Formats: sequence, structure tokens, C-alpha cells
Amino acid sequence: MRGHKLSQFGQQLFFVGPAVLFFSVVMIIPFLMGMYYSFTDWNGVSGNVSWVGFDNFKNIFTNDPDFWSSFWFTVRFTLLGVVLTNVVGFFLAYLLTKPLKTRNMLRTIFFMPNVIGGLLLGFIWQFIFIKGFATLGETTGWPFFNLPWLGDATTGFWAIIMVFVWQSSGYLMVIYIASLSNVSKEVLEAADIDGASPFQVLRNIVVPLIMPAVTIGLFLAISWSFKMFDLNLSLTKGGPFKSTESVAMNIYNEAFLNNRYGLGTAKALLFFVIVAVITMIQVRVTKSKEVEA
Amino acid sequence: MNAKSKSRWNIGIEVLMILLALLFLAPFYFLLANSVKSFGEILSNAASWPQEFMWSNYSNAWKLARFGEAFRNSLIVTVISVILISLFSAMAAYRMVRADTKFNKILLLLFVAAMVVPFQTIMIPILKVVNVLGVNNSIPGLLITNLGLSIPMAIFLFHGFIKSVPLEIEEAATVDGCNPITVFFRIVLPLLKPMLMTTIVLNALGIWNDYLLPSLILQAPNLRTIPLATFSFFGQYTKQWDMALPALTIGVAPIVIFYLFMQRYIVEGIAAGSVKG
Repeated sequence: MRGHKLSQFGQQLFFVGPAVLFFSVVMIIPFLMGMYYSFTDWNGVSGNVSWVGFDNFKNIFTNDPDFWSSFWFTVRFTLLGVVLTNVVGFFLAYLLTKPLKTRNMLRTIFFMPNVIGGLLLGFIWQFIFIKGFATLGETTGWPFFNLPWLGDATTGFWAIIMVFVWQSSGYLMVIYIASLSNVSKEVLEAADIDGASPFQVLRNIVVPLIMPAVTIGLFLAISWSFKMFDLNLSLTKGGPFKSTESVAMNIYNEAFLNNRYGLGTAKALLFFVIVAVITMIQVRVTKSKEVEA
Repeated sequence: MNAKSKSRWNIGIEVLMILLALLFLAPFYFLLANSVKSFGEILSNAASWPQEFMWSNYSNAWKLARFGEAFRNSLIVTVISVILISLFSAMAAYRMVRADTKFNKILLLLFVAAMVVPFQTIMIPILKVVNVLGVNNSIPGLLITNLGLSIPMAIFLFHGFIKSVPLEIEEAATVDGCNPITVFFRIVLPLLKPMLMTTIVLNALGIWNDYLLPSLILQAPNLRTIPLATFSFFGQYTKQWDMALPALTIGVAPIVIFYLFMQRYIVEGIAAGSVKG
């Protein structure tokens, strides 16, 4: 191959080809296939796949209370999870940008749960909820520890929230630290000299200046909690009585446990539309609140 | 606020944060302390320091969960995936920045759009594709899918980064007789090091920890990665905490060690990745 005579087409093929090949095989083609299968009664096994029109979608909307209860669980989880992780992440970041001696060590610790996969974290917490809390309940006598943490719909919900916040707020902390350290010291000092209280500075200066980080923090937390699967699986398996089943898990079960691949892909497509619309609205709304320094 | 009360404030904040950090670490204490207790001692008191260290818990768990094999599989999958993802994404992004054609503009738009697609939306047909290609239940099958799923995000990050790489050096190299391919590998790739590190560490964490995709593609027990081995071990030994907890510790250890060594890059990577997002 003569280097400098390499045609534009050859270069395009060499540089972009591999990426496009894998992207097409793993994302584009399955996405298009999913659109097709969502209108069929494919069961994943037999070669016979027949077209059923909008039946799957009709079924989801009129005849599938489990899907909607998992959807409602996911919505409640997302609302609470997004707010709590972002608030905790922001305050960890805010306090860790102060000149503390142990600052670097603290940052390392708060981020640590994040590097471990959701599945293993869920199992660790399963032990803590079952055995650890029982022991703490005996020693302290606090009723908080004696709640049926994984055995009840309400406490199960809170248990997953607790683990999710513990896991995710460190990641958002990193993003907020990066953003907070870009806020100019002069502006803050000027506000301090003018007699603004720390709360006023936070509310009127810091928060508006870090809005781009808020946009990202909300975006990430929404997509994490909407797609949650591993944590549910290892903590509660969606139980008791499917009360903590997320949408992702409902789709998984429909396809791989009930062998209704057609219906599963229809749910998956609907799920995509919902996630896309919600994240687009969120990004648009928070972006409009961003200001220039 | 005067300097004195300010520093007193900071000490207060420091104490508060240290307490909070201890609370954050508590789950790890429960994990480690109980992993070396006898079964009876775990049941009688899960919060105490172990009276007697049962190191044999670890060797039992290691053998039963076949962690040696799982560790090797995880390592192979993660290393090969991460190298190919970084390389192919950097190449594609480079070409897309330097040849800003209409086709490449549309391609970039497709990659960005793909980042919003939840994995669940495509996971069912992916299995069909993997079957048709004959790579189901195999490490290559997992490699191909990892590549396809991670390339969009990596291209997006590289694309933003390469735009700031000056063109002059490349022109000089071309004058000196380099062809486009050698320009990329000798001149451009080394300049991309910061973004390469970001792509490497973020993908390494994601792929190492992934459970769902490997569980769909790999069925043979000898192909299990660490999350899969841990999961099936748990299914078998539910509530046998003297086996399950050492297994969990073994599963968690490699990634925590990786984190402590690569901390700087991980944190910088997240910050860099989020600014562009």
C-alpha cells in the first residue's frame, strides 16, 4: 500500500470501518430487529414468527398490570433516587472543596462503592440487611434495625434506595467537585466581603454557576435509576411479590422466563421511547437554567 | 467571617465528614469481619470483631466458586475489549474530525443517539445476532458485543478531544513522508493519551463489573466471569454466609485494588467525560 496515495475511500474504510462494523452488528441491526419483533409473537425458540400487528402493545396497555406496577416502582425510585443522590453528592463535594486535611482520603472513600459492580454490592447489603441489622437491633434496641428490610414492599423500596444512594452519590460528588473548583475564588471572596451569608452565596452564586454539572448529574442519575437491574436482582430479586421489580427486570423476565420475546421487545421499545423523552425534557429544562460566569 | 472562626468551622466540617466516611465504610467492615468468622459466630454476632480467624473460609470459597478460572476469564474479556474499544474509537473519531464529510456528520449523530438507547431495548435481538454469527456461549461473542455497546460513548469523547489537537504537527509529518496511517499511530495516538486513559479506566470498570450481558451470552460454567461466578455461587450457597462472604470479598478485591492504583485517572476520567456529556 503506497501511503500518500491512499485514497480517501481507503482511509475512511481503514479508520472508521471497524467501529462502524461492530456498532452496526451490535446496535443498529438489533435495534431494527427489535422494531420488527415487537410486532410478532416470537417465542425465542421456534423458527415460526408471525406478525401480530399492534397486539403486543395493546396487551401492554390493557392487560399487563405487572408491567405498570414495575413502571410505577421505577418512576418512584427514579424521582427519589435522583434527588437524594444529587443532593448527597453535591454536599459531599461542597464540603470536600473546603481546605480539609483529610480531604483526599475522604474523596477516595466516598467514591469507593462506585467501582464495585451493582451485583456484588447488592449481595453485600443483603447480608447487612439480614444479619448485620438484626445484630445491631439487638445491641442498640433501635426499632429502625428491626424492620423487615427485604421482606416488605415499603421497606424493600427504601432498602434499594439506601444502597443506590450509597453507591452513586460518590460519582456525582466527583462531577460536582470538578465543577465547583472552576467557580472563581474572586467572586466568592467579593460576596463574602459584601456580607453575604454562606447560604446566600451557595444559593445565589454557586448553584447557578454549576448548573452545567447539575444537568449532567440529573441526566446520569435518571438513566442509572431507570435502567436499574443488577441491584434489584441481588438485593430482592424484585420481591416480595414483584413489589420491587424494575422495568428492566420486567422486560428481562418477560423474554427469558416467560419466553415471550415478541412481547418483551415491544416493552423494550416502549421503554426506550419513555427514557428518551424524559431525558430530553430534563436536559432541555436544566440547560435553559445554565448561566455564563 | 474572621479567620479564626473560619478555621474552627473547617475542623467541625472535617470531624463530620470523617464520621460520615466511617458510615460509608461500615458495609466493608461487615463484609471483611464476617468473612473470616465461623458460621456459628456470624449467626450469633454479625457486628463483633472475629474471635478466631477462619482463613479456611477463603480457600473453601475459592475452590467451590472456581474463582481461578473466573478471574482469568474476566481479565481476558476486560483487557481485550478495552484495548480494541480504545483503538477503534480513537481511529474512527480521528477520521471523523479530519474528514468532516456529510456522511461522517450523520454517523456522529447516530453514535450520539445510540448513547440514549437502554441496553434492555436491544438485548433480546442481540442474542439472535450472536446466535446467527455462531459466537453464542463464547468469549469472542462477548468481546464483539462489548465493542459494539461501548464504541459510541468512546467515539463521542475522542471526537471532542481530537478537535483541540492542532493540525500543524500532522502536516509536518506528512511533508516528512508519513502516510495517513503512520501519522495516526506515530503522531496522533500518543497525543491522545489523556483521553485514552479515560476510555481505558471507565470501560475497564464497566466491563469488569458487568453482569447482565455476560449472563446472556456465556452459559458454560468454565467461561464464567467474576460477577457470574459470584452470582451462581450465591444461588447455591444462599445463607451459607461463611462461604458467601469470602467469595464476595474475593470478587470485590481486584476492582478495589485497581481503583486504589488508578484513582487519579478514574476521577479525572469521570470529570473529563462529564464536561463533554
